[in-house]
Amino acid sequence: MTISNEELNWMYETMYKIRYYEDKMVEAYAEGKNPVFNIGAGTVPGEMHLATGQEPAAAGISIHLKKDDIVSSPHRPHHHAIAKGVNLNKMTAEIFGKETGLGKGKGGHMHLFDPEVHFSCGGIVGAGIPHAVGAALAAKKKNKDSVAVAFIGEGAANQGAFHESLNLAALWNLPFIIVVENNKYGISVPKSHSTSIPSNDLRASAYGVKGYYVKDNDPIAMYEVSGEAVERARNGEGPSIIEIETYRYLGHFQGDAEVYRDENEVTELREKDPIKLLREKLISDYNIEESEITAMESRAIKDVDHAYAFARESDYPKPEAALEDLFD
Amino acid sequence: MEKTKQRLLTGNKALSEAIRLEMEKDENVFVLGEDVGEYGGIFGSTEGLLKQFGPERIMDTPISETAFIGAAVGAASEGMRPIVELMFVDFFGVTMDQIYNHMAKIPYMSGGNVKLPMVLMTAVGGGYNDAAQHSQTLYSTFGHLPGMKVVAPTTPYDLKGMMTSAIRDDNPVVFMFHKTLQGLGWMDQLDTSIGHVPEEAYTVPLGKAKVVKEGTDVTIVGLQMTTHFGMEAVKKLEEQGINAELIDLRSIVPLDRETILQSIKKTHRLLVVDEDYKSFGVTAEIAALAAEEGLYDLEAPVKRLAIPDVPIPYSRPMEQFVLPNAEKIVEEAIKLVNE
Repeated sequence: MTISNEELNWMYETMYKIRYYEDKMVEAYAEGKNPVFNIGAGTVPGEMHLATGQEPAAAGISIHLKKDDIVSSPHRPHHHAIAKGVNLNKMTAEIFGKETGLGKGKGGHMHLFDPEVHFSCGGIVGAGIPHAVGAALAAKKKNKDSVAVAFIGEGAANQGAFHESLNLAALWNLPFIIVVENNKYGISVPKSHSTSIPSNDLRASAYGVKGYYVKDNDPIAMYEVSGEAVERARNGEGPSIIEIETYRYLGHFQGDAEVYRDENEVTELREKDPIKLLREKLISDYNIEESEITAMESRAIKDVDHAYAFARESDYPKPEAALEDLFD
Repeated sequence: MEKTKQRLLTGNKALSEAIRLEMEKDENVFVLGEDVGEYGGIFGSTEGLLKQFGPERIMDTPISETAFIGAAVGAASEGMRPIVELMFVDFFGVTMDQIYNHMAKIPYMSGGNVKLPMVLMTAVGGGYNDAAQHSQTLYSTFGHLPGMKVVAPTTPYDLKGMMTSAIRDDNPVVFMFHKTLQGLGWMDQLDTSIGHVPEEAYTVPLGKAKVVKEGTDVTIVGLQMTTHFGMEAVKKLEEQGINAELIDLRSIVPLDRETILQSIKKTHRLLVVDEDYKSFGVTAEIAALAAEEGLYDLEAPVKRLAIPDVPIPYSRPMEQFVLPNAEKIVEEAIKLVNE
């Protein structure tokens, strides 16, 4: 599968936008948490799991997805949401707890739902996998050619839900793909201490599905294997597992002291930054003009800035709104 | 000894100290769960333990709750005394079968021939905008199902003493610690989360409530954060000439009915406050107790303050609206006294 310049540009702009979004969230989350960090204080309270460094996983497969395709995402959802085209204003407002948010302020950063683009996420590890299986089943029953993608971290591959879902999806031959983002840690526990095999694509044979492995957080390799997996799913050829070796630059959540890893580890990862590398590649290997790249970057910045402004300017919900939306 | 008396610890340090002392004494005690090793538990319950005991006894696990809580059940049935951590109580859903069909029922179904001397410890509570899947207490969900002791200590002193009791208990004990009462640097700083804790091992009995403050006009029953709010409320009520009695429940199962009934006999008014859902919850159980066994002691209907029956919303104004606090307790207590 050869990537076109148009596709490359989309992936670069998406990854750049995600990075800029998360960088802004680092700042927004820190507001009101200085000098004393209190998780419940500030502009954006609660847990905050950012995806800085994990952009290739989201962009590399989402480029193959259509609006009607389904994405389920875990507790670290921003990169998937942005790549899937979730309404950025409403998403940001939700994270800020505003009434204009996707869930009117009831869900927050881990619980974003945008049915317009068939996106959902949740705070329970592995729980979104069967939801994607069910969405794939619905697509099949409705004779649609939609594909369902469940993004998970490598830690979630040891939940029963992972194994049960793969068996079911294979048994029913569903258009279903699991993307395992191996960012090396389940909170503090390194993969080697949690997983009995080196990578989860090796588990594919146990379920009779296809397995792919992408190393070095490479967005173009992710594009290639995802293209094949999505095409197989769309053609009724069954589920796949894609594991991508990716990097988590920040802590599990903001405020994580990261006692479990060496400080230099992140510095080294940042030197191989996939966005920086892709930018260089666009110019050297694909003859894309510098001016075109800066135009994409400006556009991404503008969209994100606009979303943050929208969130800040929006009102908080009325306290009594807590009692609404339980039943129809 | 004067120095010992003055030693202050946070909730999490009191808890990890209890585990440490029992592990030093009994080789059968070990800990397993997610991030209990190097990290020391997400809410600090195993702080410092890996260094002293090593990875054979402080075991980090995969994110596989069914497997590792089920494994704790199996190890306990063979005479070990595991302490297994469920990171957030909200995560019970992925492993509830192991908890309520196995841990809670095997001792009973075996006619008492199988003992499960294990502790399932878990973090509960909200108030820091973590939304519906990370903010529940679920006190009554666990309290409802027979076969488990369910405890929820408030102070560092009780956290240590009740954890020691829980580890030494031959029954499965669900040990709920409240995140905000752990005294962690990255959450709200409360006076209640730091307190005097003796250095040596000691026990505080399971199933015994504590009268935090004696009073004559109204009984307020709380647990964990609602006890904390109750302490504030009692002071404010005093300023208004109301002498309230405050009971810290400490245990949900066994429930200390006697302490509550004795208090009603004295005050004739009862307000129950709970950071759990209102319907079918702890407040309902205690109201039923008052109706069944203390009705003639009451001079006014029982009042309940708990989370209205909605999931806990994320955004601050809505979350504060649903959670109990000192002001709401004061307001309800005044209404009750004036009835």
